[in-house]
Amino acid sequence: MLRNAFLIPLLPVVSFALILFFGKRLPGKGHEIGILFVGGAFVLSSICAVQWISRPADYTVPAAGHAEESAAAAEGDHAEESAAAAEGDHAEESAAAAEGDHAEEPTAVSEDHAEESATAGAVSEGEEPTEGEHEVEPIRRPVDRQVTWFESGGVEIKAGTHMDGLSVMLVFVVTLISLLVHVFSTNYMHDDRRYTHFFAALSLFTAGMLVMVTSSNTLQLLFGWEMMGLCSFMLIGHWWEEKNNSDAALKAFFTTRTGDIGLLVGISILFFAAGQTFDIATINDQALSGAIGHAALLAAAAALLCAVIGKSAQFPLHTWLPDAMAGPTPVSALIHAATMVVAGVYLIARLYGVFWQAFDIGGGGINPVALVGGITILIAAALAFVQSDIKKVLAYSTVSQLGYMVMALGVGAWTAGIFHLFTHAFFKGLLFLGAGSVSHSVHSFDMKKDMGGLKNTMPITYRTFLVGSVALAGVPPLAGFWSKDEILVGASGNGYPLFLVIGLIGAFMTACYMTRCVYLTFFGEFRGHGHPHESPKAITGPLVILAGFSVFAGFLNAPGIELFSKWTENTTVIAAGVAHHEFSIPLAFVGTLMGVLGIAAGWAYYARNLGPHRLTQRSRPALAGYRFLENKYFLDRLYTDMVVGGIKGPVARATYWINQNVIDGVLNGTAAVSRAVANFTYDVVDQKLVDGAVNGAGVGAEEGGSVLRVLQTGRVQQYAAFLFGAVVLMGGALVLFA
Amino acid sequence: MLAQNVIFAAIALAMAAAALRVVTTKNIVHAALYLVVVLAGVAALYILLAAEFTAVVQVLVYIGAIVVLFLFGIMLTRAPIGVTSDLDNNQRGLAVVVSLFLFGVLGAVLNDAYGSTKLASDNVIQKSADVGNSIFQDYVIPFEIISILLLAALIGAVVIARRD
Amino acid sequence: MYLNQFLLLAAFLFCVGVYGVLARKNGVLVLMSVELILNAVNVNLVAFGAFHNTVVGQVFALFVIAIAAAEVGVGLAIVLLIYRNKQSIDLSEVDLMKG
Repeated sequence: MLRNAFLIPLLPVVSFALILFFGKRLPGKGHEIGILFVGGAFVLSSICAVQWISRPADYTVPAAGHAEESAAAAEGDHAEESAAAAEGDHAEESAAAAEGDHAEEPTAVSEDHAEESATAGAVSEGEEPTEGEHEVEPIRRPVDRQVTWFESGGVEIKAGTHMDGLSVMLVFVVTLISLLVHVFSTNYMHDDRRYTHFFAALSLFTAGMLVMVTSSNTLQLLFGWEMMGLCSFMLIGHWWEEKNNSDAALKAFFTTRTGDIGLLVGISILFFAAGQTFDIATINDQALSGAIGHAALLAAAAALLCAVIGKSAQFPLHTWLPDAMAGPTPVSALIHAATMVVAGVYLIARLYGVFWQAFDIGGGGINPVALVGGITILIAAALAFVQSDIKKVLAYSTVSQLGYMVMALGVGAWTAGIFHLFTHAFFKGLLFLGAGSVSHSVHSFDMKKDMGGLKNTMPITYRTFLVGSVALAGVPPLAGFWSKDEILVGASGNGYPLFLVIGLIGAFMTACYMTRCVYLTFFGEFRGHGHPHESPKAITGPLVILAGFSVFAGFLNAPGIELFSKWTENTTVIAAGVAHHEFSIPLAFVGTLMGVLGIAAGWAYYARNLGPHRLTQRSRPALAGYRFLENKYFLDRLYTDMVVGGIKGPVARATYWINQNVIDGVLNGTAAVSRAVANFTYDVVDQKLVDGAVNGAGVGAEEGGSVLRVLQTGRVQQYAAFLFGAVVLMGGALVLFA
Repeated sequence: MLAQNVIFAAIALAMAAAALRVVTTKNIVHAALYLVVVLAGVAALYILLAAEFTAVVQVLVYIGAIVVLFLFGIMLTRAPIGVTSDLDNNQRGLAVVVSLFLFGVLGAVLNDAYGSTKLASDNVIQKSADVGNSIFQDYVIPFEIISILLLAALIGAVVIARRD
Repeated sequence: MYLNQFLLLAAFLFCVGVYGVLARKNGVLVLMSVELILNAVNVNLVAFGAFHNTVVGQVFALFVIAIAAAEVGVGLAIVLLIYRNKQSIDLSEVDLMKG
C-alpha cells in the first residue's frame, strides 16, 4: 500500500466527483459516497501505517565521511523503488484514467535519492549527542513513487507520493478525523440547505490535505495547499446567505492568501537556489549541506514563514480563525482543529532543513519561528478568556496550540512539535465536535446566555468534553501532557529558556480558560431555553472514539516507548542533527503543576467566584485591559481600517487618479492626436491637396477645353488656315535650321 | 533665247495678275473669267515647255469643261451676280500672312536648290506619241484606275446632287 | 531659260491659291482656288519633266488634270447640295462641327 499511496488522495477526489454528479439522487444525499470513500481512504491509511511500522529500519543516515559508500548502497537500493508511474492526485482526473495507467519512468527518481543520501552526510556541527541519548539510529527508508507530469524548459515537474513517517502519520490522522466528521455531519447537518455540496466539499478538502501531505515536491504541496484554501472558503461560507458567514469566508481566504504570497516566493527562491528543482528531499539536503547560499536560504525561510503565519493562524495573521467559526461545527472540527491549520506546521516540518539552516535553530537564543510561536501562544490564550461563544474559545485555543507547535519546531524539538500536532488533532477535534453536540442540543453557541448545567442532561458529551479539556490542559497521563512536556523539554534542552517560560505560562492559561469554558457550559444552572438532551449516536460515537485516542495516543511517544519518534524521524531531521533529550521528571512535574494550578485557579475564580471579581468595574486599567482584549488587540481594526482602508482610500484613489489622468490621459491624448492628424489629413491633404489636384485637373481640362473650343468653329477654312500656318512654320523651321 | 524669255515674262505677268484677281475680285463671274486667263496662261507655258499635247488637253478639259462647270455652279447656286462685297470671310489677314510665309519658304527653298539650274536648250522634243506610249505601256494601270475614278466621280456626283 | 522661273511661278500660283482657299467665302470660289493650286502643281511637273528630258512629267500632269476634273465635278455637287440645304453657300455658315 505504501507504493500505491496515491490512492489515498485519489479516493476523496473520486468521491468529490461522484457526490457532485450523483449525490442528490441517492437516499442519503451523497453522504454514503463520502463516508464510503473517505472510510476507504482511512482503511488504506491504516494499512499504510501498519506497513510503515513493520518496515525494516535499515537505513542509517550517514555521517559526512561515509558519503560515497552509502551513496553506492543507496543507489542500488533505490533503483528498485524507482517507480513506474502513478497518475498525479489531481481533482480533474477521473478514477478510470488513474487506476490502470502506469508508464515507465526513467531513473530520475533514483537520482534524487542518490543525491539525498549522498549529501545527507552533512551532520551539522556542534550537535553531538550529549547526555548519552540516541545515537544515529537507522530509520525506515521512505517510499517514493512519482511520474513526470510535464516538462518545461529542462525542468521536469513531477507528481507523486513520498511516504515517510510524517506523511503516514498525517494521512492516518486526516482520514480518521475526516471520517469521524463525515459520520458526525450526517446527523448534525441533517436537513441542511446544501447537504450534498457540504459532503462534496468535505471530500475535496480531504483530498487537498492528503495531496499536500503526501507530496514529494513543493509544487504539489502548493497545489494541495491551494485546494485546501479553496475548500476552506467554500466550507466556512457554507451558509453564505448570511453576510457574517460570507464575510468570514472572505476574511479567511484573504488572510491566508496574504501568507500564500510568501509560499510562492519561498518556493521560487528555493527552486532557483537549489538548482532548479522542486524536490523536497533535494532542497533539504542542499540546505543542510550548505549548497544554498545563506541569503537565499534566509529569504526563502522568511517567505515560507509568512505562509505558515497565514495558514496556521499565527500572530499577526491569526484574525481569520476565530471568525471562521461562522462555518458549520464539523468544518471547524476538521479544518480548523485538526487538518488545514496544521498545514503550516507541516510545511515547516517538511522543509525543516531550510528552516534549521536559515534560522540556525540549533544554536539557541531567539529565532523568528520560535518567537512567532511563542507570541501566538500567549496572546491567543489571553483572548480565550473573554469569549462567550464556545467555538471562539476553542478557536483561540487552537491558535494557541498551533503556537505551541510552531514554537516547538522553532526551538528544535521537531518530534515534539509533530507529536503535539498528532495529539492535538484528536483532542481538539473532540472538543469541537463536543461543542457541536452541545449546540445541536441547545441551538446556540453562547455559553453565558444559553448553556450551563448540561452535565446531567448530556452526560456522554460532558464526559468526552471533559476528557478533551483535561488532555488539552496537559494533565498526565492524557495525550496532551506527553506532547506538551516534550516541547518544554526541547525548549529547555536546546537552549531556549525564554520559550520554556512562555510554554509554562501558556500551559497555565490553557488550563484556566478551558476550566472556565467547561464550567460555563456544563455546570451551574441551565440558562437557556428548551430541554436539552443528549445527541444521537452519530454524534456521540465520534466523540467517544476521539476521547479514546485522546487518552491513549500520548503513550506512543512516552519515554521508554518513543515509538512515534522512531516512526517519524526522517533523513532531514537526523542529518540536521536535531537533538533528543531525556524525559526530565522535574520539568514534567512543573508542567503538570502549571496545568493543575490552572484548573484550580479557573475553578476558584469562575466556579467558586473567589478572587478579584468586578475588577474591571473598579479599576480603570483593568477595564482598559479588558476592552483591549475584547477588541482582540484592535488587530481587526488595524487590518480593516488602516491596512485595507488605507489601500481602499488614499491608495485606491491615487491609483484611480493615475488611471484616469495619466493612463487615460495618455490614451486620450494619443487618440486626440490621432484624431487631429486624421482631421488634418482629411481637410488639408485629402480635401485640398488631393481633391484639389483631381478637381484642378478636371477644372483645368474644362477650362482648357473651353479655351480651345473657340478654335473649333466648325469652319473648314479656318482649320485649313491653321493647317497651312503650321506647315509653313514647320517648313520654315526645317529650312532655317536644317 | 531672248524670245522665250520675253514670252515667258509676258505670260507669267498675265497669269500672276489674273491669279491675284481670281482671289480678290468682288465679282464672282469675273473670278471665273480670270481663272480662264490663268488656265490659258498655263497652257501657253506648256507650249513653251514643248508639252503641246498637255497644253491642248489643258485647254480642252480645264477651260472647256471645268470652267463651264464653275459657271454652271455659280448659276445653280444663285451666286450674287455683279459686284458684291460678300465674297471674303474674315480671316483674310491670317490667310495673307500664311500665304506670304508659304511663298517665302518655298521661294527660299527653290532658290537654294535650283537657283542656277538651266533648262537645256537642245532637248529632244517629245512627241505626243511618246506620251501615248508612256501612258499605255508604262503607266497603264494608273490610267485604268483614273478611268474608274472618273466613273466613280461621275456616279458620285449624280448621286450627291440628285433631287430625291 | 531657268528652271527656277517656272518653279517660282508655280509657287506663286500655289500661294495665291492657298490664299484663295483660306480667304474666300463662296464655295465655288474656293473650288476655283483649288484649281489654281492644281495648275501650279501641273506647271511644276511639266517643268521638271522638261528639265529631266522625260515624258513622265507630262503623263503625270495629264493624270492630275483628269483627277482635277473629277474632283471639281464632285465638289460642285457637294456645293449644290449645301446650297439646297442651306440656301446659301457661305462656307462660314457651315459650322455644324462647331465644338
